[in-house]
Amino acid sequence: KPDNTAFKQQRLPAWQPILTAGTVLPAFFVIGLIFIPIGIGIFVTSNNIREYESNVFMYYGLSNFYQNHRRYVKSRDDSQLNGDNSSLLNPSKECEPYRTNEDKPIAPCGAIANSMFNDTLELYRIDNDTRTPITLIKKGIAWWTDKNVKFRNPTGDGNNLTALFQGTTKPVNWPKPVYMLDSELDNNGFINEDFIVWMRTAALPTFRKLYRLIERKNNLQPTLQAGKYSLEITYNYPVYSFDGRKRMILSTISWMGGKNPFLGIAYITVGSICFFLGVVLLIIHHKYGNRNTSADIPN
Amino acid sequence: MWSAWCAGEEKRVGTRTVVVGHRTVSETDAYVAQKFCDNRIVSSKYTIWNFLPKNLFEQFRRIANFYFLIIFLVQVIVDTPTSPITSGLPLFFVITVTAIKQGYEDWLRHRADNEVNKSTVFIVENAKQVQKESEKIKVGDIVEVKADETFPCDLIFLASSSVDGTCYVTTASLDGESNFKTHYAVRDTTVLCTDEAIDALTATIECEQPQPDLYKFVGRIIIYRSNQEPIARSLGPENLLLKGATLKNTKKIYGVAVYTGMETKMALNYQGKSQKRSAVEKSINAFLIVYLCILLSKATVCTTLKYVWQSNPRNDEPWYNEKTKKERETFKVLRMFTDFLSFMVLFNFIIPVSMYVTVEMQKFLGSFFISWDKEMYDEEIKEGALVNTSDLNEELGQVEFVFTDKTGTLTENSMEFIECCIDGHKYKDCISEVDGFSQTDGPLKYYGKAEKSREELFLRALCLCHTVQIKEADQVDGLIGHPECKHTYISSSPDEIALVKGAEKYGFTFLGLENDFMKIRNQKNETEMYQLLHILNFDPVRRRMSVIVRTITGKLLLFCKGADSSIFPRVQQEEIQQTKVHVDRNAMDGYRTLCVAFKELTQKEYDKIDRQLNEAKMALQDREEKMAKVFEDTEADMHLIGATAVEDRLQEQSAETIEALHAAGMKVWVLTGDKMETAKSTCYACRLFQTSTELLELTVKTVGESERKEDRLHELLLEYHKKLIQDVPKHRSGLKRSWTLSQDYGLIIDGSTLSLILNPSQDSSSSNYKNIFLQICLKCTAVLCCRMAPLQKAQIVRMVKNTKGSPITLSIGDGANDVSMILEAHVGIGIKGKEGRQAARNSDYAVPKFKHLRKLLLAHGHLYYVRIAHLVQYFFYKNLCFILPQFLYQFFCGFSQQPLYDAAYLTMYNICFTSLPILAYSLLEQHINIDTLTSDPQLYMKVSDNAMLQWRPFLYWTFLGAFEGLVFFFGVYFLFQNSSLEDNGKVFGNWTFGTIVFTVLVFTVTLKLALDTRFWTWMNHFVIWGSLAFYVFFSFFWGGVIWPFLKQQRMYFVFAHMLTSVSTWLAIILLIFISLFPEILLIVLKNIKEKNHQTGPFDLPMLVSYKRIENGYVKTEDAVTNSAERYPLRIL
Repeated sequence: KPDNTAFKQQRLPAWQPILTAGTVLPAFFVIGLIFIPIGIGIFVTSNNIREYESNVFMYYGLSNFYQNHRRYVKSRDDSQLNGDNSSLLNPSKECEPYRTNEDKPIAPCGAIANSMFNDTLELYRIDNDTRTPITLIKKGIAWWTDKNVKFRNPTGDGNNLTALFQGTTKPVNWPKPVYMLDSELDNNGFINEDFIVWMRTAALPTFRKLYRLIERKNNLQPTLQAGKYSLEITYNYPVYSFDGRKRMILSTISWMGGKNPFLGIAYITVGSICFFLGVVLLIIHHKYGNRNTSADIPN
Repeated sequence: MWSAWCAGEEKRVGTRTVVVGHRTVSETDAYVAQKFCDNRIVSSKYTIWNFLPKNLFEQFRRIANFYFLIIFLVQVIVDTPTSPITSGLPLFFVITVTAIKQGYEDWLRHRADNEVNKSTVFIVENAKQVQKESEKIKVGDIVEVKADETFPCDLIFLASSSVDGTCYVTTASLDGESNFKTHYAVRDTTVLCTDEAIDALTATIECEQPQPDLYKFVGRIIIYRSNQEPIARSLGPENLLLKGATLKNTKKIYGVAVYTGMETKMALNYQGKSQKRSAVEKSINAFLIVYLCILLSKATVCTTLKYVWQSNPRNDEPWYNEKTKKERETFKVLRMFTDFLSFMVLFNFIIPVSMYVTVEMQKFLGSFFISWDKEMYDEEIKEGALVNTSDLNEELGQVEFVFTDKTGTLTENSMEFIECCIDGHKYKDCISEVDGFSQTDGPLKYYGKAEKSREELFLRALCLCHTVQIKEADQVDGLIGHPECKHTYISSSPDEIALVKGAEKYGFTFLGLENDFMKIRNQKNETEMYQLLHILNFDPVRRRMSVIVRTITGKLLLFCKGADSSIFPRVQQEEIQQTKVHVDRNAMDGYRTLCVAFKELTQKEYDKIDRQLNEAKMALQDREEKMAKVFEDTEADMHLIGATAVEDRLQEQSAETIEALHAAGMKVWVLTGDKMETAKSTCYACRLFQTSTELLELTVKTVGESERKEDRLHELLLEYHKKLIQDVPKHRSGLKRSWTLSQDYGLIIDGSTLSLILNPSQDSSSSNYKNIFLQICLKCTAVLCCRMAPLQKAQIVRMVKNTKGSPITLSIGDGANDVSMILEAHVGIGIKGKEGRQAARNSDYAVPKFKHLRKLLLAHGHLYYVRIAHLVQYFFYKNLCFILPQFLYQFFCGFSQQPLYDAAYLTMYNICFTSLPILAYSLLEQHINIDTLTSDPQLYMKVSDNAMLQWRPFLYWTFLGAFEGLVFFFGVYFLFQNSSLEDNGKVFGNWTFGTIVFTVLVFTVTLKLALDTRFWTWMNHFVIWGSLAFYVFFSFFWGGVIWPFLKQQRMYFVFAHMLTSVSTWLAIILLIFISLFPEILLIVLKNIKEKNHQTGPFDLPMLVSYKRIENGYVKTEDAVTNSAERYPLRIL
């Protein structure tokens, strides 16, 4: 004899919600009422990102550069970058054709590393014909986890990077080897932040990458005062060959990131539509729905 | 001598010769010793050695698995964007699970086989009993079987411990019939009931080669005795003891093995039935083709665009992204081809492997609910519903035609003797006095009575002409002497029991069969003995049975009983009239009538019959035909004594059930072997025909018996056709409402007329009439087919099944005569009735009672259909919006086949993140309460015609999936126009892009399901919220560790970083909302629309619910707006 359990008899206690105009329309109002203020908030915040009052972030941008091309994305060896000594001398096959040069393993190998952005950008404030360089901070631009866990220099005796990278060669396009990227030890080799930022491949062919930070000196003055500035670029990086363009962007950042009207507008639009439809449907519902009020759901 | 005996016969390959006890007879040496298989039963498919290759081969024969294997191989061979693991792992999972399941089932079979094969049996060798393992039995071995043991192989029954050479067996495990059946030993060997005696037997057996029919066997035994001529005896099914049957009430028997191992009838019967495929599966395949086209076109588009884009060398190979040497050297055509394959692989997730697994699991697990249902449990037989196949669950929700048997299905098949008529005098109610058969009280005296001798003859006929056995309970109790209060009658036909009991009421009691003597106690309490000479068994073609007995005084009598149509032509014509009146009236009242006739045989006549019968029985070939011929000749020129009327009560609620089936838009056809009048009155009683129904008859009565009957039939057909089809279009204008006025038609047709239509004599224009007939049938609200032979039933089902639109048919029946139509229909339902278990065994589902059909179809069928249809649509939908962003991404990554999602996400999406909620939904969902479904049959029409898997809903789901895919991708695309999404200015890469899309995707498809769920049990809550929680947990975990086995650590902290950005949170919430918004809006709009449509109570007359009232369709939606639309069911 079958068990008389609720499960077997398909009589488990159940919540049986029904989406009716009566339940959904108020929800539309509520959602509209929540979304519109959020949208306005985002929109206002986004539009206010202009006054260079707090920290300023300096980005470089490239366009028509396919960092997300499959051949490109996979052309790296994460274990080499993680400081694995055997991978250092024997990089992954994925790095081809940037794996070895003149029979020496390339460190860091792969197309991504090989094409690292190597223009130098310097910002000067021109004040009565005197050029004051703006301090550009180069640390703190990469993800903390990348800098501290994912990217590691090879290990060995001492901290002499030159010795640690012994037996490898520099990427073909680089002017100098990876252990000479920076003078500071904690920003040199694979844990150089410019390098780490570059290694995080962009999602779309037009992208920006964080280059430098400009910190606010004191609370009395904006970070970048109004005035004349000059940007000095050491032009190394060829973009003409692939119809690319380079840009430099200075931006402040709010709680929701950089300037982007999309999210704010989207929220306002959706909230408004929601609200509007709520009103329209409520009218229809009341005008016609009342004709037959006995239409109860028997469930 | 022996060779001379069979000189006329050719030695056929179709027979086998068995040498009993392996003692060769010199004459038989001439025969080449035939080789037989051993007695090992192998029901298992695999051995340890061939399991892997054979199982893999079987699995990859399935088209879906093969497709996924190809994709996997492409990934292994060609350099493709996703690692082979992404498709290999799910495939491996599926294959492994299936292999484990099949391996386990096979292990069980091995174990069962071993249990049977290794069981000990006793074989008589050299006058001694030798203990052996069952599998060692060879054909020709003499086997001893004791009480309550099962027979180890098919045996010819030689001798038993009982002197008369009978034994009782039960075949419960073979065909489910639990009554004891008597089997008879070969006459000349019955005395050999010791080991020594049986060992002295020298004989050979010739019999047919093994065949699966349990009830057929022909053979003969030739017994050699020293200095005597060999004796040949015929062997029939009554001499054969089947493997799997159990010996009962008999101490021991000896038998010789004739069929062993895989050649036993039991083993032959295990070969599977033909597979039925459900309509849903056909829809799935159609959708698969659409998605395959989408897949191919996506791959083609991408490949083409890739080469267009690459025609600019700046795009093809910029300085920062050079090709490898190998890539450069490959031929362009080959490159294009591998690119195409790569795109295929990238997008192949659009055809989900997991759907097959989920569908299988849903069907397998879901079918338990049917067998668990306590409302389909019957207290009387202590059994519930039985599911023989889980492949057809959803088909139960799609039935359009119900073909039902009458006896035992609509009716109880528990017969009750109501009245009889003897020589035209009616006898009703029992008589209190033993000697006062004719002393009746009350109204009986008005009937007049027949002569005393005729009465007694009639009652003796009832007592003698049957195959009823007595199960003597007193044997168990050790009491003898009061058999009348201790015995129960057992018979394969309940009618016979009713008749024997009826005779008992009138004072003639059947006491049993002993040594070929039938004992009856008459009204004067004397015991009469009759020697039973022959039983001419009942068969559905003859529709009668006879016995030949010899009285103590030596008189030879033949008693015959059978249907009136088969008796009347064989009796004196002048006797018919007076009985016919009663028979007809009884039939009108819905009783089952049987006529009883007898004739006296002279010794000479008997000798002739006896010889003919024995000859026919002895025949190895065409025995059936020869027997039929003898029967035909024997049962002639009889005298009619009277007729009986037995009531077969309607099963409880069968009328309500038929009403409900009608209301649910199904057409119910009754196919019965019964008389037209009986069937008709049953049809009225169970409300198949209403009083308002106009009956069209195509029967012997209306067509007539004359030469011109075919022409007359055609006239009738045309007339009805005109009435039903050509005249109706007049009403078309006001069709929607005019049905209230339209007339219901019912059709009655009988077997002979049907065969006239289906197998006409002249071939010209006959198919045309068949068509007309079919059209008439389809227009009628109810059809009754009476006097049907089993095969005709199947013919009708096939005819309807193959009409335009191939409607889903369901057959329900309880007896062996319904098996053919049960097998023929899309869904076969067996009633666990009194006529054995053959129907239930051959059915797809078996229920105890007809009334259970209501819940089975209206509730279970409807729910299963909705569940699986939703499951299928949802699966295609969720994979479309899974893959579409990946397709769109190709436009932004130079058509380089860069996957948008991480490999882990690609793999886990269908297996882990989104599989359980839909499985739980497809098992538990009740969009409408079960009680409502059962009580409101019109809801059934909501899903008729495969409504939820038509192209319209499919397109809706596809568009929904496409819309959501677009929202996911472009929403995140616009979000990424921002330089930074974090408040510390840091930037996200391509993997974060993919992860945001994926997060939105997982949440949206899960919440979409949540929106569709109308029945939230704790399990739904658990799996829906649990899946989402698992996704979040997994993403943290997956990104939280540097995995040593991965080549790339792409996902390292990507998910965690993503969540630190407020913008991302806001975007995810917004995109989920936008994706679900149209769905919610649609529900609300529908809701409002439905309310507007409701214009007051509006009752549909029951029979109007038919979807096709006339040529034009009355769309079901219109017809059922009223009640069905109250329930917010999403057809879409």
